[in-house]
Amino acid sequence: MIDFVHLFEAIDGSTKTSVKVAAMLAYLQTAADSDKLFAMAVLMGNKPKRPIRTADLRIWASEESRVPLWLIEESYYVVGDLAETISLILPPKARSVTTDISLRDLFDAIVALRNMAPEEQRKLVTGYWSKLEGTALFLFNKLLTGNLRVGVSRKLVVKAVAQYLGRTEPEVEHRLMGKWSPFDEDMDSLFQDDLQEGKHFLPYPFYLAYALDKDPGELGDMKDWIIEPKLDGIRGQVIVRKGELFVWSRGEDLMTDKFVEFEPLRSVLPDGTVIDGEVIPWKEGKPMDFSVMQTRIGRKNISKNVLAAAPLVMVCYDLLEWEGRDIREWPLHKRRSQLQEILAIFPVGNILKLSSAMSFDSWDLAENYRQDARKHYAEGLMIKHRDSPYEVGRKRGNWWKWKTDPMTIDGVLVYAQSGHGRRANLFTDYTFAVWDQGELVPFTKAYSGLTDKELFTIDNWIKRHTIAKFGPVRSVTPELVFELAFEGINASSRHKSGVALRFPRIVRWRQDKPASEANSKEDLLNLIASKHESIR
Amino acid sequence: MIFELFIGIGYFVFVKENSKGLGMIWIRVANHAVHIKNDSILVHGAKIIKTILLSELFAVKANIYDESELPMNLLSVNECGLYCKQGDFYIDPWKPVKTALITHGHSDHMRAGMSSYICHHHTLPILKLRLGPDNLVQGVSYGEEFEINGVKISFHPAGHIIGSAQIRMVYEGEVWLFTGDYKLSVDGVSQPYELVKCDHFITESTFGLPVYNFPTNQSIYESINAWWQENAKEGVNTVLLGYALGKAQNILAHADKSIGDVFLHGAVDNVNQALTEVGYTFAGTRITADTRRDAIRGALIVAPPSAMDTPWLRTLKPYRIAMCSGWMQLRGARRRRGVDRGFVLSDHCDWAQLNQAVRDTEAKQVYVTHGYEHNFSKWVQDEYHIGASIFKTLYNDAEEENV
Ligand SMILES: [Zn+2]
Ligand SMILES: [Zn+2]
Repeated sequence: MIDFVHLFEAIDGSTKTSVKVAAMLAYLQTAADSDKLFAMAVLMGNKPKRPIRTADLRIWASEESRVPLWLIEESYYVVGDLAETISLILPPKARSVTTDISLRDLFDAIVALRNMAPEEQRKLVTGYWSKLEGTALFLFNKLLTGNLRVGVSRKLVVKAVAQYLGRTEPEVEHRLMGKWSPFDEDMDSLFQDDLQEGKHFLPYPFYLAYALDKDPGELGDMKDWIIEPKLDGIRGQVIVRKGELFVWSRGEDLMTDKFVEFEPLRSVLPDGTVIDGEVIPWKEGKPMDFSVMQTRIGRKNISKNVLAAAPLVMVCYDLLEWEGRDIREWPLHKRRSQLQEILAIFPVGNILKLSSAMSFDSWDLAENYRQDARKHYAEGLMIKHRDSPYEVGRKRGNWWKWKTDPMTIDGVLVYAQSGHGRRANLFTDYTFAVWDQGELVPFTKAYSGLTDKELFTIDNWIKRHTIAKFGPVRSVTPELVFELAFEGINASSRHKSGVALRFPRIVRWRQDKPASEANSKEDLLNLIASKHESIR
Repeated sequence: MIFELFIGIGYFVFVKENSKGLGMIWIRVANHAVHIKNDSILVHGAKIIKTILLSELFAVKANIYDESELPMNLLSVNECGLYCKQGDFYIDPWKPVKTALITHGHSDHMRAGMSSYICHHHTLPILKLRLGPDNLVQGVSYGEEFEINGVKISFHPAGHIIGSAQIRMVYEGEVWLFTGDYKLSVDGVSQPYELVKCDHFITESTFGLPVYNFPTNQSIYESINAWWQENAKEGVNTVLLGYALGKAQNILAHADKSIGDVFLHGAVDNVNQALTEVGYTFAGTRITADTRRDAIRGALIVAPPSAMDTPWLRTLKPYRIAMCSGWMQLRGARRRRGVDRGFVLSDHCDWAQLNQAVRDTEAKQVYVTHGYEHNFSKWVQDEYHIGASIFKTLYNDAEEENV
């Protein structure tokens, strides 16, 4: 695995995509054939499940290193990663390690661990611990804890594989769709055309819109664009082929069993039909909130009650395959009218709805709609060129998403926590509070959004304004005010504040505001109340 | 989980929670740790001034005592710094005081505004450079003994940076030692650490966690030189970030000058120039506005961490940049810095060295200052069965030098 270790270090040590792609290409050109798919699986985030209990791992590490468990725990708070903590705590090797292990063998061991008795597991794990060091030891531990991530996007992996195979990126992307297993496939079965027959369940790579970062006026004549409301559900593909139905989510999970409503489509739509759209709970003629979707997806058993409470539909906006033919090259308006025809002809009932094409007289009127999007149960507008083909991945130019502005609120920093992941020793995880009858109630956490410089300044401030420490958490004097943005807000009985936010993030540090001028819990409740009526 | 509540200058309360709720509670009044049970806190023989509710959250009450009635330690921490009551002097104080003993020239240990300073001879030029020429300063040599109000004092090499000292104090037959910042490994520049046996050992704990076991300095120097060579071959400059005082000289002393030329950021050159006064010379040419940028192709450039993301740095393109610090041991810290490489080159003790120092000094009581003081003091208690407590200081080596 030493070649994979070098690959990981090269990717990890660079922010330049060209360097990363070159490193992957070099790996693919020289690695053993039997290792390549395992490397690709890991690079794409398709890693084996955690094979052991992390509690056991802690105990074994404690015994091997003679570091007591509590100190491993405290170290873990600082390091932010258990695998790394254990790698650093294990005693250094007396001699440097020379034997290499193949990636394939390592994966076999990881999988084998799952069915072993704890004592056997321990023997295998500590055996590897004594054989590995440095990055290799770290990678092994990451596989044990089941959270190995490598700093490359899927897109870059596809790029490198395409260069290696001499194929186009969309082709490679298509071959790599779905949750394939490196244990069941080899390079030929994944990439050779004549071996693709049995893969009729695979979706097409999704085409993703770019966020509109310019004046929509610059897009030119409105007539060239198809404008649709941007819904807040789960992007998905409905596939009917060979008498079977498959529903895929954009996360490439096969959701057919979760989305039981779609089952009838199997006998309704003709074979060779693939539709792209938004899966969303829909009741009384309008979409329901995303939180309803979340609870629905979280359920293991989908009872009648659940089905009645959150019935799913697909709002369809594109047709990718028709009569068994890949029609992604067709212009959008042609695909759309074919889609419209299908939805009209076949008895799809209420399960499939056509995404509405909106017509505005001017971009200004579109802008008004965007601002009021929440009132219309949307989170903005999608703007798609009427002649656009269905591309692969996130591409600029033809598809734009134009989201409504996030909701914002000013909160007071009350708790800070360090040592989560990449920011060891720095207080970067904040909890914010709003006023409620003269008291501050914590209502959300938020991480991202500040510059490194601000983080350092605030970290310093926190260290000097600590009131109390609770393990890794510090409470601080409530002085600093931050503007927080979020995409959604809902009442929640699970949260002490009574509200739950979606995608909260820090917009800026309000150095101009004293804590007394931060928002109140009432303001938050008003946001919930006004969500579908008027907008602040 | 240990909770620590700060209830006013010098008063800390520790609450250790067990699965049933509250377990052992102890309070530290000034520097005296007193174990108690349940929700009351007792110091034997001392009068209770008042009882306060420490935390509504955990329903913890504590008694406050008159400090003068508590058993006396030679050293304690007050709002100005580490204080020796008997000698009426401070060590590395953070607020203006009359007499300040200074362990070394880093900015979190040597601050402006003291009426008089006592430091090692080699710290003198640093003090002059950083705090100005008009201070009342007295230089001492390693091992030289002197007395303040009946307390016998001597400075001993700490191996941290040039001029760094451990301060040994003897009073009524007991030996106290404050390490300041120190390391046991030899860097080839600063006078190597000297073991000083003591009864009371006050140690820093910057890297006081078992995840901080550093590679040998020699292997780090080798990787730095190898990286420089690689970069030079491609015609790319190599920028190494390290504290201007200490790390920079450490790097310069071990850079393989056969690879190429060495250039310096002004802050580093200032320190080097100051140190010539006490007999040190270091390689490297200061980069000025007149320095021709094509003259530094493939060179090694040593700069302080604050040079990151500055226009000055951009003029050095094309370059690769690395941070040299013990913090680079953790991937997270490395990534946060946004550098191409992190070299684990430290001027502090790692975990193994801290433990060795505790053992070798044969101290019967250990006090832990800046760093992972909670963890390290608990570890010392459990592992070596000697008393260990915490001195809460404002030293901070996560950003000890921002210049
Ligand atoms: Zn220092
Ligand atoms: Zn320090």
